[in-house]
Order: sequence, then C-alpha cells, then structure tokens
Amino acid sequence: MHFILAIAFALAATPAFAQQNSAAADTAVKAAFPAAPADWAPRLTSDETMQQCSASRNSPSKDVAQAIQKREQATIVYPPDNNFMGDWQKGERLAQSGYGLRFTDYPPRQANGGNCYACHQLTKAEVSYGTLGPSLSEYGKLRDFKPDAVKATYEKIYNSHAAFPCSTMPRLGANKILTIEQIKDAVALLMSPESPVNTGK
Amino acid sequence: MQQTGLRAAGRSGASNTTTESRRIFREAQVRRLGLFVALAIALAPAALAQDAETEKAIEKYRAMLREDPWSNPGFLDADRGEALWTTKGGPKNASFEQCDLGKGPGKVEGAFAELPRYFADTNRVMDLETRLLWCRETLQGLSTADYVKRPHPGSGAPVKEIGAIATYVASKSAGQKFAAKLDAPQEREVLALGETLFNRRSGPFDFACATCHANSGLRIRLQGLPWLAEKKEASKVVGEWPAYRVSTTHVMTMQHRLFDCYWQMRMPELQMGSDASVALIAFLTKQAEGGEIAAPGLKR
Repeated sequence: MHFILAIAFALAATPAFAQQNSAAADTAVKAAFPAAPADWAPRLTSDETMQQCSASRNSPSKDVAQAIQKREQATIVYPPDNNFMGDWQKGERLAQSGYGLRFTDYPPRQANGGNCYACHQLTKAEVSYGTLGPSLSEYGKLRDFKPDAVKATYEKIYNSHAAFPCSTMPRLGANKILTIEQIKDAVALLMSPESPVNTGK
Repeated sequence: MQQTGLRAAGRSGASNTTTESRRIFREAQVRRLGLFVALAIALAPAALAQDAETEKAIEKYRAMLREDPWSNPGFLDADRGEALWTTKGGPKNASFEQCDLGKGPGKVEGAFAELPRYFADTNRVMDLETRLLWCRETLQGLSTADYVKRPHPGSGAPVKEIGAIATYVASKSAGQKFAAKLDAPQEREVLALGETLFNRRSGPFDFACATCHANSGLRIRLQGLPWLAEKKEASKVVGEWPAYRVSTTHVMTMQHRLFDCYWQMRMPELQMGSDASVALIAFLTKQAEGGEIAAPGLKR
C-alpha cells in the first residue's frame, strides 16, 4: 500500500501528470459552461502566465517568476502624455464599485469598477474593506509622493504580475477591466497628496 | 411552519399543551430575530459597527437554534423536500421513493454522509443534487436538460424542487460525520480534477477558488472567507450546506453556492451537475472529511 502511494506521489510530482490533470480540467471546464457565449471562450482557458501560476500554486520558481514578469511587463500600455495621475474622486468611486463583467452585467449599464475595497484598505472613512490584499492606507505618503512611485503604481494596477509574479490581483489594464483613464484615477486616489488615502480624512 | 412544529413535537416527544405553546412562542421568537437579522443586513450601511451588530445578532440567532434546532427556517424546505420525495409526478407518475442515493433504493438516512460517490448505473461520480436530478429523470421521466436551464431560484424565491429534496436528504445525515470514501479509481480521478479546478486560474479577473479560499482569517469587504484548502477550516463549514441564508431568507444548496462563486469570478453560468461541479464538491467534501454535517446550516 505504501509502495503504491509512493508511486502515486512520485507520479503526481511529474510534469506529465500535471499536464494530464490540466488537460482534464480544460475539458471539464469547457463542458461545465455550455451557456457561455462564443466571445466568452477565452474566459474558459488560462493563458501561459495563469497556467504557470496555477501549476505552482502561485509560488513560481525564480526562473518562471522572471519569465512572467518580463511577459507581463510587455503588456503595459502607458498614457500617451506620460501623465499617470487622474482624478482621485473618480478613483474613489471606481474603488467602491464591483460592477462589471459578470453575466448579469450585460448589456453594460455603467462603467466597470475596480472593486479595490473588496481586498484593500484605502481611505479611513471606508471601514468596509477586505483584507485579501495589503492595506494601501497612506500609500502615497509612505512613498513621499515620488514620481517614480507614481509610475510604479500605474504599472501595478495595469498589470500586477509585472511587479509581483502570480499576484492574486486581477490584471486590471491588461485584461481590459479598467481603461487607461480609470487607472489614472485609481493612481490619483493612491498617490495624490489631496487624496483622503493620504490626508487621513 | 405547522409541519416543522409537528415534527419538532414528534422528535422531543412533547405532547402536552404547555410544552407545545412554549415551543410555538420560542419559534415565533426565533423567527422575529431572524427577521431582524435579515433587515439589519438589508438596511446595513457599510459600517463596521453595524456589521459587528449584525454578526452578534446572527450569533444570538445561532445560539437559539442550538437550543431548539428544529426552529431553523431551513426545515420548512426540508419538509417541502420530504413531501416532494413521496409525491408522484412526471410522465411516469412516480415518486422519488425508489431513488438509490448509494445505500439502496429509498434509503435516505445517512446517505448524504457518504456522497459524492461513484455510481455503477451511471458510470459517474455524483454529488447529492446531481444524483437527485438523475432519479428525477429516470423515475419520473422529467428532463434534466430542461431543469438545468434554470436550476437555481432567483433572488427572493425559495429553493427549487431538487434543492428542497437535497435539503431534506442532507438533514437526514445531520449529526453524522462526512465519510465519503472517495477511494475508487473513478473517485480518485474526480478528486484530482476537483483539486486542479480549485487552483485553476482563468477568466478576466484571473481568479481561482484558491484566490479567496487559500488562507485563514481573510475577508472580502467585511465578509469572512473560509480557508477551504485547509481541512480543519473546511470541516467546520462544508457540512452546513444546504444552508438557510439570513440575508435572503431562503435556503441555498452547494451547487448554487458554486454557481454564485463562478458568477463573482466573472465566469459563465456553471452547469448544475457538470463534471466540474461534481469534482469541486467531491474535493470540498474530502477536505471536510470527519467534519460534522449540520444541514440545514445557518449562514449570513
């Protein structure tokens, strides 16, 4: 019995077995969502980055992590004028909103939200925040409002994996959840000295 | 309500009027508190203090239910399910009474504790709801394909037929421990699939079940998230489904729970009874092995 178990574990650890498992999962997922409209087909599959993250339980090896960072960094589209800061008040509204991309959200009735508060603490006033992500309270203040940090914030929101490979955070820009303008508004919420995230109001 | 009352009386052996009226009073009390909790949730501004109040109220509600478990409103659906189990229907004018949930035709007691399992007659591993759909089709002659077009109730509506029967069947394993063996080759394959799916990231948000359920003590907004990748936490919560949800004042089943998770994950509508849904339920049940079944449970 132990011998069989040992073989099973050895097998489970081989890439071939993992591949077989993930092929079975692809088939099962395809069959599990028969109501999906044709243009939703990409939602059922995982791209290379997600495959690597799923297979490593989000702890990729150093090499894989570097490959992911490089690949995801390349997806980032920057604002044409290199101005990364929008309107923090609009940023606060989209941080509150979880609207968008659910099958009940079609046809769209409003802009997609970023749903930041689902996982992050931001302003002091909003006490209903999640803890899946780190607290972003005083985010800009802690970074001395430096221009480099403003750009890095834009990049993290656009594609979190460029900074943190296998981050749990959605690739809000790369996956077209938020527009460039919306991401700038979210950057302002985090990085503007007037934003309540930094004033503590 | 009357049905619940009759059953409660039967269970405790209480037949004299004093006990009966005390029990009715207590049930009314529990229902009023339930209404308060539901209202508190519906009206709650997103505020921590309010939320703590709501949590406290739900905890008080749970404590009252522990004293008198039969006053959980979920039992109304269990009763409805029990009636549906014995009601003839469909083109074949048959009831569910010959349905084999794994322990032989008509054997309901303890059946849920051993599900999901491999069934030779369908050559498939099936969870409770998927098996009930199959019984409905084979015994009553009613189409599963039609049922799964709208398998779950809309908001404000009570749990549908299969969900009510599932609540009844699950309640007949309450107090027992999850003991699905899941060791047959077909079952092991389904378990492996379930684990892969639990960790598989996809969709525009790149979410997997593990995105929210692979750590302890975390929350979305103020809603706590169970750590389902860990056996100890999984065994505390999985056995509470199907559960009466105070926020909707209705019972929700495990298949519906997964459907809702995938909705939030920005995935399409999860097909009830699909292999993926069965595999995830098998994985969760295995994670909860040894945990006590407390269905219908009470959820926010």
